[in-house]
Amino acid sequence: MTEHITESEVGRSRPRKEDARLVTGQTNWTDNIGATGLLHLAILRSPMAHARIERVDVSAALEQPGVVAAFTGRDLAEGTGSLPCAWPVTEDIVLPDHPAVAVDEVRYAGDPVAVVVARDRYAAADALEAIEVDYTPLPPVLDLEDALTDNSPLVHEEHGTNRSYVWPMATGEDYGTVKGRADVVLTRRYVQQRLIPNAMEPRAVVVTPLDASGEYTVYSATQVPHVLRVMLSMVTGVPEHKLRVVAPDVGGGFGSKLQVYGEEVVALVVARRLGRPVKWTESRSEGHLATHHGRGQIQDIEIAATREGRLLGLKVDLLADMGAYLMLVTPGIPILGAFMYPAIYKMDAYEFRCTGVFTTRTPTDAYRGAGRPEATYAIERIMDELAVELGLDPVELRRRNWIGHEEFPYTSIAGLTYDSGNYEAATDKALALFGYDELRAEQAKRNESGDSVRLGIGVSIYTEMCGLAPSRVLRDLRYAAGGWEAAGIRMLPTGKVEVVTGTSPHGQGHETCWSQIAADVLGVPFEDIEVVHGDTRSAPQGMDTYGSRSLVVGGAAVHHAAEKVVGKARKVAAHLLEAAEQDLEFTHGVFSVKGSPEARRTIQEVAFETFSSHDLPDGMEPTINAEYLLDPENFSYPHGTHLCAVEVDTETGRTSIRSYVCVDDVGRVVNPMIVEGQVHGGLAQGIAQALYEEAVYDDEGNLVSGSLADYLVPSAPDLPEFTTGRTETPATSNPLGVKGVGEAGTIASTPAVVNAIVDALRPLGVRDVAMPCSPGRVWEALQSARTGEEAPSS
Amino acid sequence: MIPPAFDYVRPAGVEEAVGALASGGEDAKVLAGGQSLLPLLRLRLAFPRLVVDVGRIPGLRGVREEGGTLVVGALTTHHDVVADPLVRRHAGLLAAATAKVADPAVRHRGTLGGSLAHADPAGDLPAVVLALEAELVAVGPHGRRSIPAREFFVDYLQTSLRPDELLVEIRLPKTDAADGWGFHYEKFSRVAQAWAMVGVAALVRRADGHIAEARIGLTNMGPTPVRATAVERALAGAGADGVARAAQSAAEGTRPSGDPSASPEYRAHLARVLTRRSVLAAAGMG
Repeated sequence: MTEHITESEVGRSRPRKEDARLVTGQTNWTDNIGATGLLHLAILRSPMAHARIERVDVSAALEQPGVVAAFTGRDLAEGTGSLPCAWPVTEDIVLPDHPAVAVDEVRYAGDPVAVVVARDRYAAADALEAIEVDYTPLPPVLDLEDALTDNSPLVHEEHGTNRSYVWPMATGEDYGTVKGRADVVLTRRYVQQRLIPNAMEPRAVVVTPLDASGEYTVYSATQVPHVLRVMLSMVTGVPEHKLRVVAPDVGGGFGSKLQVYGEEVVALVVARRLGRPVKWTESRSEGHLATHHGRGQIQDIEIAATREGRLLGLKVDLLADMGAYLMLVTPGIPILGAFMYPAIYKMDAYEFRCTGVFTTRTPTDAYRGAGRPEATYAIERIMDELAVELGLDPVELRRRNWIGHEEFPYTSIAGLTYDSGNYEAATDKALALFGYDELRAEQAKRNESGDSVRLGIGVSIYTEMCGLAPSRVLRDLRYAAGGWEAAGIRMLPTGKVEVVTGTSPHGQGHETCWSQIAADVLGVPFEDIEVVHGDTRSAPQGMDTYGSRSLVVGGAAVHHAAEKVVGKARKVAAHLLEAAEQDLEFTHGVFSVKGSPEARRTIQEVAFETFSSHDLPDGMEPTINAEYLLDPENFSYPHGTHLCAVEVDTETGRTSIRSYVCVDDVGRVVNPMIVEGQVHGGLAQGIAQALYEEAVYDDEGNLVSGSLADYLVPSAPDLPEFTTGRTETPATSNPLGVKGVGEAGTIASTPAVVNAIVDALRPLGVRDVAMPCSPGRVWEALQSARTGEEAPSS
Repeated sequence: MIPPAFDYVRPAGVEEAVGALASGGEDAKVLAGGQSLLPLLRLRLAFPRLVVDVGRIPGLRGVREEGGTLVVGALTTHHDVVADPLVRRHAGLLAAATAKVADPAVRHRGTLGGSLAHADPAGDLPAVVLALEAELVAVGPHGRRSIPAREFFVDYLQTSLRPDELLVEIRLPKTDAADGWGFHYEKFSRVAQAWAMVGVAALVRRADGHIAEARIGLTNMGPTPVRATAVERALAGAGADGVARAAQSAAEGTRPSGDPSASPEYRAHLARVLTRRSVLAAAGMG
């Protein structure tokens, strides 16, 4: 007798299916993959930020023991195209050629210069030291503002400018007019430091050459196997149908594996030339140089308001550091942010401009939140400054301007239609959990007594756009691909189920959640469902995983596919039960005839009957399997209220987070435990930007924070207890009511922490602290406030 | 992450180890717990031809008493130092500071002798043995010699050990609480698992409610660990109110470096603040 579920799977904290193999190490990371005759790649990288390559001589490396081949950039360029950029945001964007291995010029420290292929990793690493390269140093380009001046050295001489693009947007009334009737206008500059993603698993790629079926297989630690297949085919000329891409278990990405990397191209090209399988695995320090970075923006933001605290308009002027080249979605990252600056607020005018700037640094691209954390930071920081200017409580100022819950659906000034939300409910809950009034009272007392350890309270109320993305919106934004997602459901003869998804998990728990979704619709047990993903052979269609899209688009597609299965099964069941379809009920996996409950067929029985096909309705295709490709009608808009209390030791400058409360509304929750984990991880990463992490370059363009000794990723002892809460306002644009949770914590926490620090130090004359707010930076801010106190406030 | 090629020997005794070091000359490196050397090898920042693994030489591990002196074998791991009752009783400063070295995994592998011989000015223990006025005993081809801690640390990552000498034990004059000694190690770092941005090892002997004697070792305030001698002088005879004043001299004669986390000026400021806190805690005046 087959089992059926009788309670809803969605909403249960199911332990994750994938954890047993991940936790016990019984899994296949890309670096674990072997092949007969496997060769190993090692890559020589530029030691300087900018130089002309006069000569590369690999002949001595070829003499080294165990070395099979060595290639210069010129060797590899033949027949290989430029690394792709799929998001040329403007028609006249400067889009430089990007060889996988540099040919004439290196443009960042870490730019590949030559490749060695050897029988083992050790031989390959040793042989790199035998390669001779003559460089003529060229001036580095590091400052975003200087880079745009007429006499700046150029990253790409042939293009005559370091300006990649200018992307403007203006909506609502004319900003200048609106500003003219404002009582208060505040202007601020914020800097988004560069961050290094640091996924737990470094990148790795294995390529096996043509097998008997005439196919290359690329195993890669990637978030985007489907995108990678298309792009690798276009760059290398290997026909797409002769290319299989597999993303085995992947240990994190945070956007850093949403990319088509030169190493992936090189591995395929070398495997094709040598006819041998090859592997490349990145070291952590190599990853700091060669895996794309995130953030890297200068934000000039201006806000105009009435004396009563009503927002009138917002103007944002960004300089975005592209790094040396435009990679897969580099130019589009700040543009995603463009839509989020107005955030949860109503206003009359909005003006935005972003200038993409080339520098001689590692290229930037997506990093957890991708444009949205930057936007949220700037608006939430300046909202706090405006509250001070107007003498209002920062929560009260937000309350006066946010979209009321009764106003949804609401079209924001930036043109997004927020389908649902309840900022009041989330904020009220967060304030209660936090003990806001008590903390304010303690803060006042400490300020009065001149305590050397100050208390500060930071507020951040955010929304974000998830569920990327309606394909027509992507067209309007000049993104090359669509935003749909694919799901397939295969009902096996024995009643078990395979769910095929085009999303590509790398830590999120899709196997568990997609099983919960399918179990609810099909009425089959959670344990009877297998989720198939990450292999273009078994899951041939998909747009992969990034931007909190998987559940909202891919999970919803699973739901729709399962409903299609039930629809087909209903036809078969009706035929078998000799009843009309509309007379059938379907509950917990069982079709029964209304009024005669003994006449029933389980969905598993229907699956077997379909397999045998002995007695199907006339003309019916002998399958109840179904596929569904979902192109979302709208984005989804999670929101939440985050509150942070910090203690700042004014003697040492050290910040300690005393309490952190967040109430997030991510819509309906499929698995509360997974949501909790996503929030915790997101908070850690957002707090890390506020306090710890920064990719630091010296004046010559060398990456100073080249290892985890210098690039400070916080660990558990560095983070506070988190108090998390939720409100549930379902999304209306998908059948599950889900909104996405992958980036929420990262987006909201950075401004909450920095607002708290500045709130603590404002009585001492500090108006801002640059991120990361290290003890040294805080101390310096206090020093300059002490000495420069007479500086007029703007 | 792949070290350059090197030869490897694992001597059975001290004499054999010294012989191996002598044969390798400047190109030989001692491997003890490996917590400093292995990262340097893997990052290709060190290129020894010969690695002499002393990890299994008997008799270099453990703690014993010799009259008024506590003797800690060079191969004693940080974990064992922290847990040792003799260290806790007679050299509490060492136990307290060692508990703050890195993380549990490192403390189970890393050794006291290895940490001192590596002589990283950001390491916690060099300043501590300086404050404890330890003697470091080395064995070379011509026998044993004892090096006072103040002569041991020569420059950044450089000691007065000769290439063919092996550090075998660390001798610490006892500083028992019963004799009025109090101690504290104040470590300041940006994240929990990190080297000290600045550290202050304070050892004070109290008498009649005042500080009779103070020894202050500073971590990461120059290319070597240093004693804050001006503070020590000013603390003699001081009460609680004199400590803050004395600590103002903490950065005198130091040469702190600058890095993205801390400028030299900030390090000097931290030295003053942390010295005050460390001394007050050591003297039970905090």
